[in-house]
Amino acid sequence: MDFEAVIGLEVHAQLTTKSKAFCSSSTQFGKGVNELCDPVTLGLPGALPVINRQLVEFAIMMGLATNCEIKKYNRFARKHYFYPDLPKGYQISQYEEPICKRGHITVRMADSVVRTIGITRIHMEEDAGKNIHDSRSGTSLVDLNRAGVPLLEIVSEPDLRTPSEAASYLKTIRQILRYLEVCDGNMEEGSLRCDANVSVRPIGETKFGTRTELKNINSFKFVEKALEYEIARQISVIKNGGTISQETRLYDSQTGTTASMRSKEESAEYRYFPDPDLPVLQINESWIESVRALMPILPEAARQKLIDTYGLSDYDAGILTSERKFIDYFTKAFEVSSNAKAVSNWLTSELFGFLNKEAMTFEQNKVTADDLGLLVQLIDTEVISGKMAKTVFEEMFATGKSPKKIIEEKGLKQITNPEEIRKIANQVIDENVSQLKAYLDGNERLFGYFVGQAMKASNGNISPKVANDVIKEELNKRKPGK
Amino acid sequence: MTELLHRSLSELRAGLDKGEFSSRELVSTSLDKIEKNKDLNAYITVCRDEALKEAAAAEIEIKKGAGKTRPLLGIPVSIKDLILTKDIKTTCASKMLANFIPPYDATVTKKLKESGAVIVGKTNMDEFAMGSSNENSFFGPVRNPWNKECIPGGSSGGSAAAVAARLTPLSLGSDTGGSIRQPASLSGIVGVKPTYGRVSRYGVIAFASSLDQIGVFANTVEDAALGIQVLSGHDPKDSTSVTEAVPDFVAASKGSISGLRIGIPKEYFIEGLNSEVENCIRESLKVLEKLGAKLVQISLPHTEVALSTYYIIAPAEASSNLARYDGCRYGYRAENPKDLLDQYCRTRAEGFGDEVKRRIMIGSYVLSSGYFDAYYLKAQKVRALVARDFTNAFAKDCDVIACPVSPSTAFKIGEKSSDPLAMYLSDVFTIPASLAGLPGMSVPCGFDSKGLPIGLHLISKPFDEVTLFKTGRCYESASDFMNACPKGF
Repeated sequence: MDFEAVIGLEVHAQLTTKSKAFCSSSTQFGKGVNELCDPVTLGLPGALPVINRQLVEFAIMMGLATNCEIKKYNRFARKHYFYPDLPKGYQISQYEEPICKRGHITVRMADSVVRTIGITRIHMEEDAGKNIHDSRSGTSLVDLNRAGVPLLEIVSEPDLRTPSEAASYLKTIRQILRYLEVCDGNMEEGSLRCDANVSVRPIGETKFGTRTELKNINSFKFVEKALEYEIARQISVIKNGGTISQETRLYDSQTGTTASMRSKEESAEYRYFPDPDLPVLQINESWIESVRALMPILPEAARQKLIDTYGLSDYDAGILTSERKFIDYFTKAFEVSSNAKAVSNWLTSELFGFLNKEAMTFEQNKVTADDLGLLVQLIDTEVISGKMAKTVFEEMFATGKSPKKIIEEKGLKQITNPEEIRKIANQVIDENVSQLKAYLDGNERLFGYFVGQAMKASNGNISPKVANDVIKEELNKRKPGK
Repeated sequence: MTELLHRSLSELRAGLDKGEFSSRELVSTSLDKIEKNKDLNAYITVCRDEALKEAAAAEIEIKKGAGKTRPLLGIPVSIKDLILTKDIKTTCASKMLANFIPPYDATVTKKLKESGAVIVGKTNMDEFAMGSSNENSFFGPVRNPWNKECIPGGSSGGSAAAVAARLTPLSLGSDTGGSIRQPASLSGIVGVKPTYGRVSRYGVIAFASSLDQIGVFANTVEDAALGIQVLSGHDPKDSTSVTEAVPDFVAASKGSISGLRIGIPKEYFIEGLNSEVENCIRESLKVLEKLGAKLVQISLPHTEVALSTYYIIAPAEASSNLARYDGCRYGYRAENPKDLLDQYCRTRAEGFGDEVKRRIMIGSYVLSSGYFDAYYLKAQKVRALVARDFTNAFAKDCDVIACPVSPSTAFKIGEKSSDPLAMYLSDVFTIPASLAGLPGMSVPCGFDSKGLPIGLHLISKPFDEVTLFKTGRCYESASDFMNACPKGF
């Protein structure tokens, strides 16, 4: 019997709001231990939460970007459990009424298949602090800087079928979050976290099998590895006549295995109830529209535009839209040059190639988008030749100087004046008597020789296109009977 | 000098501003009287040094004429010990917070300080405001100045006793299900709980967030109105506080009640209501009638289920609000815990008193999955019905409601402490207005045969405290009970 997996992901995205979800404490990363702690963060007696407007707007934005319905009437709930990193003894979250519901996104899978994956819900909540355990002294220390930092929990439908699809989905979610600039998407630092729900069933079966929830998956690679292991484990349990029990399992990246953390029977009693400190949050249409107006173009739309409007290849469009900063850069450079294909080529082959070679990040790049656009424009208007452009680009990359300045400094300006070129052409023709004779005798292939000589004589500074025309004219003049 | 403490706030203001007496004289008179009446156990913390320093500073301000804009400048005030006072111990009458010194001021504390009040001490209360007799305090019961063998009411018993015994002319309390109105009634003074949302809860140790409201105790309605004036207003730090405009309560509450329709809810005159209390209330209604008010019989049909509704919602919220007392960051922590679970269990078992634990257990139970719908959700629905009763009555029949505050007068210390259910019944007449978020007031309206005070309960529409004050003021000036003072104080 062949089995297929049914996978749904719960993604936690830490938001880049300036202050925490329910107080004015900063969210700055890398501050000293417990420095970002006001009475609300500490859960001091008497402290009360106040909702951060930016958090709501980020949530609306993510909802719109994933084609969700935005709830007009929002309530926050308290989720109770005792743990030292949870100062109030409860987490403020949303339970029965998430801000976003019933959405979907387009995901390009590794095998180029494009699928629509459902989004069940997106809700707002606050993060917990961090416990640091010292096993030698047997003590635990608590850092509450992260406590109260806003999170979005994005829950997918069980629409994913393979570990690779799950990874592609996660990458797409990350890409959208980064386009919206609401989350930096860094899995290693924990600003993007992922739990996976997975079950298996015989192919053809429509009912779901019993699922397990996998936790502690903190990289794209581990998403695939953890799911691969767990799917194989479940199939083998079933094939050996066993049953899957509904439980939470922890992924161990050292061994690449999952192990049971707690079963459904032991599942925590969270005693959810509506937070009486936070009144109903009303979101009206005009608020939603004002948020929509702030949204950038999204990856899928940008990709279609590159292909349909600019005629770029699917491959190049994919690279250019993989990060918002690339498409922003491309768009700027295109605005200067109006030559999408050339900008795309310079960006994806030259700039990315150079960055790669020098092991530099895109942020370290000194070439501005305007300057790259200008470079393309200079080639297109024949101020410089393509060959010159490579030299100019090298200098731009090294120094960040503008192409115009480099051309000036190096005297690279291309000669396009036909009369100036004509002088060089005639000089070259006159100096090469035997070649001229052969040409006039019918060896037309020697035309290229004259062009080459002219280029050489001008140190490559003449426009090849003008040189072509002028040399042809001059050679024609010397044909007998003319 | 103790005569000073029998004066109203406006008399004190005038005396201070004219230089008839100084703030330090007034404050030290209050502090000395507090010390002399230690047996009442009205205070958990007395801040003599800080208060005298503040009084000296106030004197300089008074000389500059600041008394005109800061109504409480130089006047001693006491604060219930669940309201945070920066650098002054705030215990909530619990072992859990017995040594807790807050790093910040509650908004109401800030407002009091801005108005110039001198904080002389933190008053005793039922632990975490859970109780109706002030016997549930880690620091021992408070005694009623009218009869020291009796309770002063609760949970704001210390604040009520302090004002009744003329230790301070004004005291802050909190009312969740009746914790201002009931002790005001039992201690023979004025107690006001404003509309939910009128006063910020920021920095007030939470019991039941959707019900808690800060209010005041005073000897006259006018003084109470001034107190509420100082505390009221929107606070961006409390999302449940409202932006509703705050009228000049003192000025607006002058005038007659001629033609005012006073609703008398039949459900409040039931079996279990002490006959002396009932007679006294009926007498006071006649006084109101003589003043030109029209008495209207009304019905609040869901009154009967209000108590049980309250005892689901309040403990549910309490169980959640009190989850933060885990011994990790502040407050009591059990010694030498075996592990984390042991730390939690023993900290909370040792740090909380019986009544608090009882309510945490009730609250945890009603919020558990599987029980949530049957208890909490249903209680919220009933709560809406209770509130609708009032809305209907105010829409059709009356402008203000008059009824008893408490079914009985002050009982003996220890009399009901072994019977939580009997104790819960003390709040049967105050809880409905709490569930509806309405403003309510207790005004002294007589005594029983044992000489224990009785209060008249007035309830008005949301944000219509003015009608409450107006009615109360007319009543007290027509009655013999304004400024009645227990012997020896």
